This record gives sequence, C-alpha cells and structure tokens, in this order.
Amino acid sequence: MDISSLHPLVLALLVLGGLALVFGAILGFAAVRYKIEGNPIVDQIDNLLPQTQCGQCGHPGCRPYAEGIANGEEINKCPPGGQDTINSIADLLGVDAPELDAEHGTESELPTVAYIREDECIGCTKCIQACPMDAILGAAKQMHTVIADECTGCDLCVEPCPVDCIEMREVEVTMQNWKWQLPSPLAAVNSDIIASDRQTPQETKQEDTAA
Amino acid sequence: MSQLIYPLRGGVHPPENKQQSLQSPLRRLAIPRELVFPLAQHIGAPAKAVVEIGDRVLAGQMIAEPNGPFSAAIHASTSGTVSAIEARPIPHASGLWGDCIVVAADGKDESIDFEGCENPFGLDHEALIEKIRHAGIAGMGGAGFPSAVKLNPPPNSNIDTLIINGTECEPYITADDVLMQERSEDIIRGCTLLAHILNSPDRILIGVEDNKPKAIAALEQSLLKLAAEDLPGIDRVQVVSFPTKYPSGGEKQLIQILTGKEVPSGGLPAHIGIVVQNVGTTVAIWEAIKHGKPLIERITTVVGESLKEQGNAIVKLGSPSQFVLEQFGFQEKSCARLIAGGPMMGFSLPDSRAPIVKTSNCLLVPSHQEMPDPAPAQACIRCGHCAQACPAGLLPQQLYWYAQAKEHDRLLAHNLMDCIECGACSFVCPSSIPLVQYYRASKGEIRQAEIEKEKSDRSRQRFEFRQKRIERAEAEKEAKRLARKKAAEAAKAKAAANAGTAKTAPAADPVAAAMARVQAQQSDPAEQLAKLERAVNNARNRLNSAEEKWQQAEGDQKAKLESRFKQAQLRLQDAESKLHDFKQQSAGENPATSNPATTNPASAKPTAPLNIDSDDPIERAKAKAQQRLSMSPLEKAENNLSSLNDRLKKAQEKAGEADDDKRAAMEAAVEKLKQKKAALEKEIDELKAQAPLKENTATAESPIDPDSIEDPIERAKAKAMQRLNMSPAEKLQNSLQALQTRLAKAEEKAATADEDKRPAMQAAVEKLQEKIKTVEQEIAEFKAQQEPAKPAESTNESSGVPLDAASAAIEKAKAKAAAQAQMSDSEKHAAQIESLQQRIQKAQQRLDKAIEEGNDNVDAFRLGLEKLQAKLKELESE
Ligand code: SF4
Ligand code: SF4
Ligand code: SF4
Ligand code: SF4
Repeated sequence: MDISSLHPLVLALLVLGGLALVFGAILGFAAVRYKIEGNPIVDQIDNLLPQTQCGQCGHPGCRPYAEGIANGEEINKCPPGGQDTINSIADLLGVDAPELDAEHGTESELPTVAYIREDECIGCTKCIQACPMDAILGAAKQMHTVIADECTGCDLCVEPCPVDCIEMREVEVTMQNWKWQLPSPLAAVNSDIIASDRQTPQETKQEDTAA
Repeated sequence: MSQLIYPLRGGVHPPENKQQSLQSPLRRLAIPRELVFPLAQHIGAPAKAVVEIGDRVLAGQMIAEPNGPFSAAIHASTSGTVSAIEARPIPHASGLWGDCIVVAADGKDESIDFEGCENPFGLDHEALIEKIRHAGIAGMGGAGFPSAVKLNPPPNSNIDTLIINGTECEPYITADDVLMQERSEDIIRGCTLLAHILNSPDRILIGVEDNKPKAIAALEQSLLKLAAEDLPGIDRVQVVSFPTKYPSGGEKQLIQILTGKEVPSGGLPAHIGIVVQNVGTTVAIWEAIKHGKPLIERITTVVGESLKEQGNAIVKLGSPSQFVLEQFGFQEKSCARLIAGGPMMGFSLPDSRAPIVKTSNCLLVPSHQEMPDPAPAQACIRCGHCAQACPAGLLPQQLYWYAQAKEHDRLLAHNLMDCIECGACSFVCPSSIPLVQYYRASKGEIRQAEIEKEKSDRSRQRFEFRQKRIERAEAEKEAKRLARKKAAEAAKAKAAANAGTAKTAPAADPVAAAMARVQAQQSDPAEQLAKLERAVNNARNRLNSAEEKWQQAEGDQKAKLESRFKQAQLRLQDAESKLHDFKQQSAGENPATSNPATTNPASAKPTAPLNIDSDDPIERAKAKAQQRLSMSPLEKAENNLSSLNDRLKKAQEKAGEADDDKRAAMEAAVEKLKQKKAALEKEIDELKAQAPLKENTATAESPIDPDSIEDPIERAKAKAMQRLNMSPAEKLQNSLQALQTRLAKAEEKAATADEDKRPAMQAAVEKLQEKIKTVEQEIAEFKAQQEPAKPAESTNESSGVPLDAASAAIEKAKAKAAAQAQMSDSEKHAAQIESLQQRIQKAQQRLDKAIEEGNDNVDAFRLGLEKLQAKLKELESE
C-alpha cells in the first residue's frame, strides 16, 4: 500500500507514535545505563556529618542519621557537628538552618580526644568493644592505649571502663594545628565611638543596685 | 635598561621609616652565652636533632638533620656544649613554645673546617641541591621555604626566568639593602650559580625598589666588574629597579611587576616558568657552595624608638632577641611591643627570649608614640578603599563579611587563598577593621576543616570497616550456632530412634526435663509393665486381706465383706489380664525392650538391663535413670551420698590446688557439698530408722535385713519383698511418712538453693507433694475400702490421677519459678516466710486432725510442725 494514499491524520499519528517509541526506547536505555547507585542525597548528607559516630543524634552512627534526615527528620540533632554542620545541611537541602537542638547535647568548644591513664588500665577490653572507630589498641589483661589520630572524641569508651581510667582531654594546640582566631565580633560592635558610649546610665544604676 | 616594568595593581604607600637603621654601619654582634635553635625554623617537617645533651659542638656543625625532603638542616653557629633539648619560646605568631636545641657557648667560637669548592659550576644539579639542603638554607625573606625544594622545580616545568628579590618593600627593614651594598659581588655570583642550578634560564632579573639607590649602584658596579670574569650566564643578569610601592616584594607581585605574568590561583611560580629567590638566600647559597659555610648567621635590622641605637647587624642564628636588643641599648619601658618582621606583615613576639632564626629579617621595638595601639574597629562603611588597595585583586570587604559569617564556600569562591596577608587593606581601612586577622583566621579554619574532612572520611571508612567486621563475626557465630543446633537435633533424633517411641533426650530446662520424665514414666514400656505388675500385686494383696477379713468376720459384716472380696478378685483378674495383654503386646511390638518379667511379686520393680557401662552415652544415661528409678529412697540417698563424697573429695583437692582468688569460691562449694552430705546422711539415718520399723511391722516372712545386703539391687528386691509383706495400709502410711520427710527436706533445700538450681528443686518439691497427694488419696481410698458402709468404688483410676496432677504440678512449678525469677532477694525472703507460715498452718491442721482421729502418725506430724516452726524462726531472724 502506498504511504501517500493514507489519510494525513493517520500518517501524522503513525509518525508521532513512531517518534514516541524511539524516544521512549532511548530514555529507557539511559535510565538503565546511567542508573545511580544508592541514595545520592543520603551520601551527600553523610558527607557533611562529622563522622564522630557518637550516637548523640539518637541513631547508631552518622549514616543512619543521614538516612533519617533524608526521610524528613530534623537536621539539628548532631552536637559534634554543631552549627556549621547544620548550616551546610540546610544549604544542601535548601531549608532554613535551625539552632542546635539542646536535647541532644551541646556543641563542645574544643575538640577532645580520649586518654587512657595507662597504669590504671586493667586490660578488660571493654573500651575496645565500645569504640566505633577501632581507635583503641590493646589486648586482654594488657594495658590499652588510644590512637589519638583516629579518635573522634565520641566519648563512648568512657562509660564502659570499670576502673574509670579513661578521660576526655582537649586536643593539644601544637604548631601544626594552631590557627589565628577571628577578631572578636563584639570588639567591632561594642567599640566605643565616643567615650560616653562606654556605659549607659541605666546600666550603671543596675550595677549600683546589684552592689 | 631594556626591562619593561608592569605597574603593580593596588598597593599602598606606608611611611617607609628606612633611614633610622641606615645611619650606623653594619656591625657584627658578640656571641651570646646561650643560643637556642628551634627545630622548626622553616616551612615543612621540623628537623631531627642529631646531637645529645652534653655534646660539644663547633660552629658550622650540623646539630639537626633534615627530616625528609621538605625540611632543612640546622647548624650550630658557635662552639659550645649542648645544654638542653627542650621546649623554648620560639618566634611564632602563636606564642607557643617549640622544641629547641640549646647550646651553651664557650666563647672560643671554634668552627669546623669548611669544605669549599673551587669550581661550583662544574658540579651537577643533584650535587648542588644536596649541598644546599645540607647547608640548611631556607628562604630568608619571610616564609622560610626550603631553598633546595624551590630550586628543584617539577621536571616538566621549563624555567625561563630567575628573579632575585631585593625589593624589601616593608617599612623599617633594611637588611637586604645593607646586604646588597656590602655583598653585591656575592649576589651576582650567587645568582649565576642559581641560574646554573636551574639549567640556565633566559633571564636573570635582580629586582630592587627605587628607594635603595645605593644598593642598585653597588649591584650594577659589581655586575660590570664581574663581567670581565668568566662567570657563565653573567651576560643575562639584569638589575631592574621599579617604583616603590607596598607590597611589590611579594613573590607573585614581583613576578607581575617584572614579567607581567600572573601566577594562577593556587599555582606556583614554577608553573609559569619562574623561580624567585631572596638576595639573602642567594648569598647564603653562594657561601654554602663556594666556601662550604652553612647558614649560621644573617643580617637583621634592629630598629625602633625604644633603642638607643638603631641599625643592622650580622647576628649568629640562635641569639636570643633579648640579647640582640640589649646590644642596641634596648629600653624596655618605652617599648610598645616587640615585633618580629616589619610593621605590615610581622607579628608580635610575646616573649623576648625567642631567638633569631633564619627568617628573622627584623626586630622592631617601636615606642608608644611611634606605633600606637590600633584604633577600635568600627563598622564597615563600604567605602571600597580596601578593594582598590588589594594587590591580589580581591574584594576584602566581601571577604570580611563572609569571614564573619564563616561561609567558607563563599570565601573560597572569592579566592581567599590568594590573599597574601599583606595588610594593605587593613592599612587603608578608614574603619580600622583588622581585615587581615579575619583572613588569617578564616584560612586557618578552612585548612582545619579540610583536615577534619579528611579525618572524618577516614573515620567513616574505619567505622564501616568495623561494622562489616562485626557483621561477619555475627554471621559466623550464627552459622556455628545453626550447625550446633542441627547437630543437636540430629543427636536428638538419633536418641529418639534409639529410645524407641517415647524417651526424649534430657531437656536443658529442668521443668521440661521433669515433664519429659513424667511422660517417660507414663509411656516407658518397662515402667508400664512395672506399674501393671504393681497393680496386680496390689490387687492380690487386697484380695488376700479382704479374704482374711471376710473369713474372720461374722454375721452381716460377712456378707458385705464378701462382696468386697469378690470385687477384689475381679480387680485382680482385671489387672492380671491387663498385664498379660501388655506383655504380649510389648513382646510383639518391641521384643528388645520387653522384660523377662514374671508375675513373681518379688520382682515388682522393673528389672531393666542395667548396662551402665554401655558405650552409648544416651544408653548409659537411660540405664542409670532406670537404675535410679528402681532404687529405694534409701539406696538413692546412699548413692547420692557416695557420689557426693566423691565430689567433695574432688572439690577439696581442687580447692587445695586453686590459687587464692578462686579458693574462696572453691571452699564455698566444698561447704555446700558438705552441707548436702550432712543432709543426705541425716536422710539416710531416717530412712534406716524407718527400715527397722518396717521390719518390725513386717510379718515373719522377711528373713533378710535389707540393709545387710551388699548388692543394691538385691537390697532393693529384698526391701520390695519386705514391703510386699506389709499390710497395704501400713505400707501406704509408711511411704507417706517417708515422703513427707523428704518433702520437708526438699523444701528446705529449695529455699536455700542458689538461683540456678532453684527451679529443679522446686520441681522436685512439687513432685514430692504430688506423690504425697496420691499416697494420701490411696490411703483415703483404702480407708474407704476398709469401711464396709461405703462399697468401694473402682480405684483403678490411680494411673490417671498422677498424670493430671503431674501436669498441674508442672504448671505450678513453672509459675513459681517464673515468679521467683522476677523477685528480688528481700521479696524472696518474704515469700519464703509466707509460704512457711502457710505450711505451718496446714501442718497444724493436719496435726489437729490426726490427734482427733487418733492417728498413729501424730508424732510424725508434730515433728514436721516443729521443724517448720524452727525454720520460720530462723528465717524471720535473718
Ligand atoms: S550526633 Fe552527629 S556525630 Fe554523633 S552519630 Fe549522630 S550524626 Fe554522627
Ligand atoms: S577512643 Fe573513645 S572517644 Fe575516641 S573514638 Fe574510640 S570510643 Fe570514641
Ligand atoms: S591582605 Fe589580602 S585582601 Fe588585604 S590587601 Fe592584602 S592581599 Fe588583599
Ligand atoms: S576599607 Fe574598610 S570600610 Fe572600606 S570597604 Fe573596605 S573594609 Fe569596608
């Protein structure tokens, strides 16, 4: 049968249908060929979390919390990450950054690292079992020690120690990790433009009554 | 001058303040008594000390070697002894202390023999680099970048320009100026040598700002003079001067001024074919290679209004700043602060003991008038001056906002990392905002964040690895558990097959075990046979007694008794036929387990083959269990006693061997065993006491004293005979009594038993109670039979009762065990007391009833009651 003999409408339908099939096939192929493994948003969130694995967020580790966030959980439950982490997750998800939820803990000022007072250690291996980072070295009845570089300061090893010989110490400032501090923002705001700005009369009065 | 100058973008013109230090001539400072050499004087890994405390060192002797390629050696600058290797104040913005080698100078200033080199140009690249490395030369202009690294650019970079930096743009500092005036020839020689090292680049440019005319003149003179000498590449050396502007001395800025090229963001000058070296470094390299003299001294500008004299001095590295300042008449009171470096890029030294190091080009001690405290910062007025001043073409004001908000992404997007921290923006800011501080801090934070990111990636890996490891371990455990379970099931199946139809493998749970036992008792063929035989015997006994009574009775009693006698006869027939049926059945079905049982009443107890020594553990256990079943309580008790004795002996032995911490536990175990033994012995005594009683009550037909028989089985048989010879009522009463004593004991034991044994004990107690109940029932039945008014009903339901009772008991035991498991100690105690009280009440009732009825067992009841009361007292007193 001659194609030109077809009704123009039928012809149009045939052509469009054919095109739809072709593009559908291409799209289908692309979907299979360029399939993305896993859940990319979870990975992205997980990347932003501090990986302290401390469980303060109420999840058994950072990745489960990332999954929780991806499923609509609040993003302000990670104290080790602090406001910075909340901000970056908020950025990623395009939501407003809330304050850190105090229920889960407070952001610590200084990073800490576990320290085992080695002469008190009885070698019970309980801390090893608790450490999510495998950052504790030791064997049964042997003195244990913390690999400070691997320790995330998650605090989980302190509780199980039967002789309380683990303490959290602030990470020492060395030449390698020292950095300049930001000038106090208060200095900029509170700076005295003229001498009489120093104290408002009200404040003086309050201080007087307090005294 | 053919060299084109490209004007610097941005930049500022701070007051130069260079004349103060140029008034007096260069001088050489004395040797301090103590010199301090920080191990980290350069960028990169700190050097590694190679001397020990107490070693004598000479000037030029290496005291610390480079630790890896990105490091530099450190040399003693005078002779003396190493007095300490410890943390000391070092010139660092942090004010931290760092590891230092401390040398107590002896004042002789003896030095090692420097090994020079006649023709440095004859040496190859590698040898020269090695010499520079070992001479400990690091950039003397500011940062302290190890020169050997800089002169060893990546192999793919084609270096076409060598720039010698004589700019010295910072205010106050004139060290390089003086150096260029004094050592211009060495600079020219040095830069030809550097060109040689760098494979002869096309251009060698010495850049000097035009505010140092003397230096420029000296360099040009030397260049002319040395042109006559045969220095390779000297024809390519040019001295270039350009307008003074801060910060043209920055590496990237100088490159831009002299070549017009811009170093790409985040890149190195070598990427665009350029290497820059400071004039001081150039001289140091020349000296190190030509004369073999390592970097042990440098020219430092000592300047500021707090000094009596200001000027430049050749200072031995390691001299404490305090010492250097004192040589210039330092007046500490008038000093505003001590600054290492210039006023723009230097930093305050919190401790004047910090030594002069390779990078110390200036010590600035301004007075308060000279350098007042910075004015308080005001809000940014967005004037834009900072952006105009920035030589790096950044937007300082934007960076300032982002730094405050800690928006690291934006900071990076605005090329914060290209900021050279020159301070030009802070200098021009009308609001006196310490902008550079913000950038320094933000850079530090970003670097820190990068390190943390790296660490958190590593943490994630470690965590995930750990998770996987734990999962694997769990899976292995699970697999093992399954395998074990399967094996156990297979064994169970086998055991079941072995045991024939019913006997189940011993269950772990005592309650389940009890249940299994009850079932086994119900269904074990031997057991059934025994029961049937017992029934026959019972029936026969009853028949006998009924006949006796019937014969003795008279009158209308006789008629009644006759009917009873007939009934008994019927029952005997019934029982016999049942026994017969069962024997036939079991013989047909399971010939292996059928007993060679006879109707002989003497063998009323099952006489299953006692193959205790059998190899199969299950068989053995079964046999043992059967043997036990066939034992009388006395035998059992004796058996228990002997095994207890064994255990006690073993335990004592163990306790003797055990070490101290275990001994206590062992001894406790021994104690417990002893107690058990005592209880058992008591039980045996009682049982024995009962036995003579039985003997007494027995008819003369029992000629053998059961206790005198050695063989337990024989003894059991004898006893059984003895029992058979008792009247049924006596027998029942007897066994009731025995059961009750046992019950009391068992209850006692259950109460005192420890946790894990309690359920088993409880089960035992329950069982005993059940038994007593059945016995009591039997007695009641028997009594009923005895009473002629009540024609005996069929009592043949006795086989049904125990089963129901048993399952009820099991239920109860289970409930009790569960309840007890949940109780706390004090609760348990209270519960014990309560149950005791209940028991006392019951006992009291029973006793009352017994007294009322004139029962023979009143004494026994009374004894039991007394015991219970004693126990209650004991418990309450606890
Ligand atoms: S609180 Fe933060 S660091 Fe701790 S486990 Fe949860 S996400 Fe990880
Ligand atoms: S050592 Fe302690 S604080 Fe450090 S990671 Fe392990 S458990 Fe956490
Ligand atoms: S300190 Fe940084 S931002 Fe400020 S002018 Fe210098 S290069 Fe520019
Ligand atoms: S110079 Fe100072 S006030 Fe002016 S725009 Fe820059 S930061 Fe703001």
